[in-house]
Amino acid sequence: MAEVLDKESSKEELIDKVPKEPLFSKKNRKLLSDPMNDDNPITVQVLGICSALAITVKLYPALVMSISVLFVMAAGNVIVSILRNFIPNRIRIIVQLVVVASLVALVDQVLKAFAYDVSKELSVFVGLIITNCIIMGRLEAFALGNGVWRSFLDGIGNAFGYAWILLAVSFFRELLGSGTLFGYQVIPDAWYIANGGFYSNNGFMLLPPMALITVGIIIWVQRSRNTKLIEE
Amino acid sequence: MDVNKNSYTFGFAAVMVVVVAALLSFAATSLKPAQDKNVEQEKMQNILSSIEIEATRAEAEQLYPEYVTEALVINDNQLKEGMDAFAIDLAKEIRKPALERDAPLYIASKDGETYFIVPLRGQGLWGPIWGYISLKSDLSTIYGAVFDHKAETPGLGAEIKYPVFTEQFKGKEILNENGELVGIDVRKGDADDYNEVDGISGGTITSDGVEAMIADNLQAYIPFLKDYIGSQTTSGSEL
Repeated sequence: MAEVLDKESSKEELIDKVPKEPLFSKKNRKLLSDPMNDDNPITVQVLGICSALAITVKLYPALVMSISVLFVMAAGNVIVSILRNFIPNRIRIIVQLVVVASLVALVDQVLKAFAYDVSKELSVFVGLIITNCIIMGRLEAFALGNGVWRSFLDGIGNAFGYAWILLAVSFFRELLGSGTLFGYQVIPDAWYIANGGFYSNNGFMLLPPMALITVGIIIWVQRSRNTKLIEE
Repeated sequence: MDVNKNSYTFGFAAVMVVVVAALLSFAATSLKPAQDKNVEQEKMQNILSSIEIEATRAEAEQLYPEYVTEALVINDNQLKEGMDAFAIDLAKEIRKPALERDAPLYIASKDGETYFIVPLRGQGLWGPIWGYISLKSDLSTIYGAVFDHKAETPGLGAEIKYPVFTEQFKGKEILNENGELVGIDVRKGDADDYNEVDGISGGTITSDGVEAMIADNLQAYIPFLKDYIGSQTTSGSEL
């Protein structure tokens, strides 16, 4: 076994030039920061849109979803990266799928045991993390060819990139649709028309089309500000 | 080592499957007690909610024995002894004809009044719907109702679980003036008669499911409850 490990680490050195590279070298930091903006999985690569539309009605489920994806993505990337030299090429997609599916099954079970109400609210969408293209995409495109630490950073980075869009969308949808944030009312009661005020929640914000439009607006703002994304 | 040999590929797949299966079954078994407890607490929470007692899941476990005084099982209009009403799986029972069901009935007392809580289960559009309905001691007037669903469309059929729908059931009556079971008519608009409520726009099939569910489930209870109340009053004991 020691021999195998030695061989693996020597290979790693060749691929990653690991020797003496600090844990948070500039290159490694880029793995974390790129998915936030320049290479955001949702707004730039337009992956994982389905869940971004479905569970962003309220902030809390979006947060739990983000944490679940963070766990699945980081752990999945690390596991696949550890196994990358042992995975037979012909069944690599199946292996990745098994890794992701087992992690998701685990998350589902844990949520049912310790966060029952949220698990009910997320219902099928926890199971659908398996089909989230971001995760399989990162496993195939990154973890299979990179070292454990870099894969871990890549997983975390992409999960955060996914998370902040989810949270931004659900912030606006919950605020404008329900007048609450994390379930706490922020629009004063007296503002509502029912109480003689002028304000009314926009029920349309609660429906999936407004998630699409909100994501669209975020993409628009991002593209107009980030010169790297402006196409000829 | 050649990782692309057929034998290696098969070996890898086999080992992977065994390892994953072992891990997942270990996780599932060790988390099962906590999950079952959640489901049980939620059931108590729903039962309490049908008599207007709002509690968190944790509180529900403590409040439940304070309010729910009896849990009976009815079969063929007779009391069936020696069964745990709480453990009955309604999903199985509703497939049988009404009188052959083991029908659970919860009797609760709150502020000196007695309420009969009937668990409901039926079909929505995409999957099962269920709920609890509490009847006042006249057996006709609804005191409270809660509904829930597995997979109804959010914003449409899924609205049955919210007060905007459930509040309408309060004070409605399920028996007509001759004491026959008529259930609740879930209508499209102009619901103002004693047994009518407004359905959900865009959720017609779910709304009809609620109507059918109430009518179907209650069949197994009304004759028994009439006898039960009769016997209670003749024997002079207070309800």
